[in-house]
Amino acid sequence: MQTDPRLLLLSPGDSVYVLRGQIAAGEAVMVAGSVVTFPRALGLGHKIARLAVAKGDRVIKYGAPIGRASQTIAPGDHVHLHNLASDYTPTYALNKGDA
Amino acid sequence: MRGWLRSDGRKGIRNVVAVAYLVECAHHVAREVAGQDRENAHVIGFPGCFPNAYAQKMMERLCTHPNVGAVLLVSLGCESFNRHQVETVVKATGRPVKVLVIQNSGGTRSTIAAGRAWVAEQVAALAAAPTVPMSVSDLIVGTVCGGSDGTSGMTGNPAAGIAFDKLVAAGAACIFEETGELIGCEAIMEQRAATPALAVELRASVEKAARYYETLGFGSFASGNADGGLTTIEEKSLGAYMKSGQSVISGLIKPGDIPPKGGLYLMDVVPDGEVRFGFPNISDNAEIVEMMASGAHCTLFVTGRGSVVGSALAPVIKIAANPHMYARLSEDMDINAGRVLEGAATLEEVGQEIFDLVIRLASGARSKSEELGHQEFILTYKSFEPIGPACLPV
Repeated sequence: MQTDPRLLLLSPGDSVYVLRGQIAAGEAVMVAGSVVTFPRALGLGHKIARLAVAKGDRVIKYGAPIGRASQTIAPGDHVHLHNLASDYTPTYALNKGDA
Repeated sequence: MRGWLRSDGRKGIRNVVAVAYLVECAHHVAREVAGQDRENAHVIGFPGCFPNAYAQKMMERLCTHPNVGAVLLVSLGCESFNRHQVETVVKATGRPVKVLVIQNSGGTRSTIAAGRAWVAEQVAALAAAPTVPMSVSDLIVGTVCGGSDGTSGMTGNPAAGIAFDKLVAAGAACIFEETGELIGCEAIMEQRAATPALAVELRASVEKAARYYETLGFGSFASGNADGGLTTIEEKSLGAYMKSGQSVISGLIKPGDIPPKGGLYLMDVVPDGEVRFGFPNISDNAEIVEMMASGAHCTLFVTGRGSVVGSALAPVIKIAANPHMYARLSEDMDINAGRVLEGAATLEEVGQEIFDLVIRLASGARSKSEELGHQEFILTYKSFEPIGPACLPV
């Protein structure tokens, strides 16, 4: 299961990788053995799904829940405001977190 | 390491004159008194006209901070702040203290002139003051993070946590905060409490913060955090939580409570009771001020997006979590934890580097923000109940 070295796994059970480098718009990236492309550039610190997460299920990073999927998440998806919601307080952002 | 011994047994790593305005109306005069002598005269103050027990306590703690050698209190004259009480508290420590009341001193120009003359005398006297040897166990070190992005929790905060583990192991007291940024970490954190009763207090402090922020309708999540890849408050919290390292949590304190011995302490910064006065801490420097009020000699500040602030009274060590930001803002950053992302350093190496820099600052070296003259300071209204007996287990 090959994965691009720019994708960092912080804790063994995590459902997301974290980007430690930039990914250009349209660039082919290997995520857990599959080739994925992203419609827009993604910067350092953004999350890419490693595992599928059903809508309403918890997303795990640092080995701990960081919220619930507000949409079904497939491996290779960019995970951010459009598909992940806090269990605590809504997130306020000026835009939708484009990289 | 060397320090200035104070009458309460604490040792300062700096020996500055605090010029304190007791209401915003006296701020200009205080600033003019301190002038450009940023190394020796530091402006602090409380802007409010109406009385507040928290602000009074904070100002008393700050004016008797171990890094402070003398205190000038600048009052307009009609504000509610109890200047006699803070003067009495400072005097009791043996520090030189002087009160200037603008309304009784002929106005702006003559108060500035009188203040400058007094500060100049104190700076000369402090320069001749003897120092004593200091060890890591004399230190209190705080940590905050601000301008966070997805890298803060990947590099800077875990490295600060490693530095905390080393400091605690050497006998220092280390303080992390802030409970509003630990929402989602309660279950992991309570397992690290020194006693079961403290675990209950730790959880309660985070639950209080969650209620408080829910009432406000916002968390401590800024729009820039989302641009940097963070999606939720609990994700940001886990990243922030990494600053605390792995040590046992020895106690829970509130702003102005001074850790009674070495160990790791959580500071509960969210006010008690009804939600009033708005946001608990309106910006990063409000947190740094609370660390100082609890005796922090210096503060580790982890930043991903690139904060440039320092602080009055106590040095700030700025730890860049993001290597791209470090490249842009290296003149403001003391430590480049972003090297971890490039494979150029390990978290352990960066943690040791932070530990070593704390020792160097306590030996006379100056941080980047000190060299640049940063002396940000902000203190606003809050209200707290005293901590319960379970918060500081013996």
